Amino acid sequence: MHKELLAFVSEENSPQSHDASGEGKTDDPPNKRMRVDEDCVTPAEPDSDICPVCLGVLQDFCHPTFAKQVSDAVKKQQFEFDSLVLTVSLPAQLSVREHSCWLHVRKEVREKSMCLGKDDVIQVKDAFKWAVQGKIGQELGAAVLANSPCEVSVGFIHPETEEDCHFLANTCPDCFKPTKNKASIFTRMAVVKALEKISDEKFSRNYPCPPKKPNTRCSALDTSCLHTSVFIAEKTKTNLTVSAGRYNKFSRELPQTPWVIDGERRMDGSVEELIAAPLLSSFRADGFNFSSSGREDVDVRTLGNGRPFALELLNPHRTKFSRTEIKQIQETINQSSDKIRVRHLQIVTRDATSRMKEGEEEKTKTYSALIWTQKAIDDTDLDFLRNIKDLKIAQKTPLRVLHRRPLAVRQRLVHSMSAVHLDTHHFTLKLCTQAGTVLLIVVVSLHGRHCSYIKEFVHGDFGRTKPNLCDLMKTDADILELDVESVDVDWPPAIPD
Amino acid sequence: MEDSEKKAPSVIERYFTRWYRTDLKGKVCEDHCILQHSNRICVITLAESHPILQNGRKIKNINYQISDGCSRLKNKVSGKSKRGGQFLTEFAPLCRITCTDEQEYTIYSCIRGRLLEVNEAIMNKPDLLLERPSTEGYIAVILPKFEESKSITEGLLTREQYEEVIVKRNQQEEPC
Repeated sequence: MHKELLAFVSEENSPQSHDASGEGKTDDPPNKRMRVDEDCVTPAEPDSDICPVCLGVLQDFCHPTFAKQVSDAVKKQQFEFDSLVLTVSLPAQLSVREHSCWLHVRKEVREKSMCLGKDDVIQVKDAFKWAVQGKIGQELGAAVLANSPCEVSVGFIHPETEEDCHFLANTCPDCFKPTKNKASIFTRMAVVKALEKISDEKFSRNYPCPPKKPNTRCSALDTSCLHTSVFIAEKTKTNLTVSAGRYNKFSRELPQTPWVIDGERRMDGSVEELIAAPLLSSFRADGFNFSSSGREDVDVRTLGNGRPFALELLNPHRTKFSRTEIKQIQETINQSSDKIRVRHLQIVTRDATSRMKEGEEEKTKTYSALIWTQKAIDDTDLDFLRNIKDLKIAQKTPLRVLHRRPLAVRQRLVHSMSAVHLDTHHFTLKLCTQAGTVLLIVVVSLHGRHCSYIKEFVHGDFGRTKPNLCDLMKTDADILELDVESVDVDWPPAIPD
Repeated sequence: MEDSEKKAPSVIERYFTRWYRTDLKGKVCEDHCILQHSNRICVITLAESHPILQNGRKIKNINYQISDGCSRLKNKVSGKSKRGGQFLTEFAPLCRITCTDEQEYTIYSCIRGRLLEVNEAIMNKPDLLLERPSTEGYIAVILPKFEESKSITEGLLTREQYEEVIVKRNQQEEPC
């Protein structure tokens, strides 16, 4: 097939028969084959030998040299892959020209009492792909498939004929939506849609059939190569949730994500950067997206098994890792800092990560807080706290976060509490809680990000969290330290006393 | 066993800066304290020197209906940008408080910004205002415009400046 196509395309044919070349006068996959063998009636433009339909794409870019150019560009970026999908982007006006040629050919064919359906015609894009993908696959040592996580993109532009599409904006205005930037409204999709709508007569009135020849040929854009994201998370054995890889935070001076105000870094480092750094370099990724099941404040530690998280690595140049290698990366992360620790790292699918955030309303969390009380207390004063079960709290959006969250009242539930008396003014309070449903629907917080309402539960947040510990204990109280003991454990949890 | 003075800073000290406006609208001693959070939200409270908090006064009534057309209770905000909140200027009244001795006091906004909420708890339980004016007895929460978050304190006194005013007053023995 390849040879025949090349042979055909390289012929110095008269422009007329070259017109038909875009219509699949090639030995292509059987069902689509249709030999069209007729004379065109349009006069030749004397100086140009560029095909008015494919604008030179099938003439100049189907050589093995171009295929090698593309392959070399991919090799340079050092991607690792077994297969690839080749995507080709052609200028939108090519669709107009294909349509114009199609109308012309169909007219000619009818006059000869033959039948030709539009589906019988092979598009320039497909012909081009068939011509080059074999060589590209060969050069890169990879199978060229219809679908693959690795995408090699080849694009063409032809500024000279860009205005070919413009008449469509007048004939089918509703197909073209205004764009935000200075981007052209003549997107490929919009043009194709308009061509489907426009009647043949209207088209013929506005555009020459067959199309006129251009003076310049298409130029190729740089080849780009993109690999779909790889997700790092943890697979749990329960089928309730697929939770993410878990992290511990041992520092009270580390934000989960970078703390930047007005472009200035307020505190060095962050959990996400510490976790991502070794992964970014091993996977040779361009960037990352970090997400977690809830989050904690800078000054709150995350202990126990840690908090589930997922890391999306963008455009990874390397994707194949053995379990040992992943374990090694995990070790690197853990060695890099004593402020965090990660466990259960594994590559998972994108679906697995979306379930991490699902069902957060049912998830339970346990906290341990160091409480100061103004009034003197002894151990028996804490008994009634220990006996409380399923305490409902109504919490107005804490002042702490009110500047960036809507004002609402949220129901919270404290399942149970245990307390350890430390001295006359201090005790450790352990709580088991569950994020509840929103009472006033202003914005539904799907991710339960502010589960550290524990602070507000203790000091009351100007009385805006009710009831609060001060109310319950009838004294001024404040929280000195907070730790997350466990996240997303099955209910009921064991709270050690 | 004694009550403890906490060594660690309180919630207000951790997150807020205290600003003051004294002698509101020329009325002697009617001082307000504005608690400005590090996230720019401001809580309006009575300063400890305000007449309402002196001499064991009791509150008869707190009224958020400041005019025929305007009740601070009707204030409703929605969304992250708090649309719908009444926009206040420095001397916009927040509420009128009547004491049992028939003295009436108006509490003012003191800063420009969008009203987020007024404290309804003190309507039902005015003692909160008397006992805990800086926390549960707060009057209102206001969100200044982002561009103005620093400039709103330009007309206000710092804690030190406020204390100087108090000292001067005591020296002149002005009744409050």
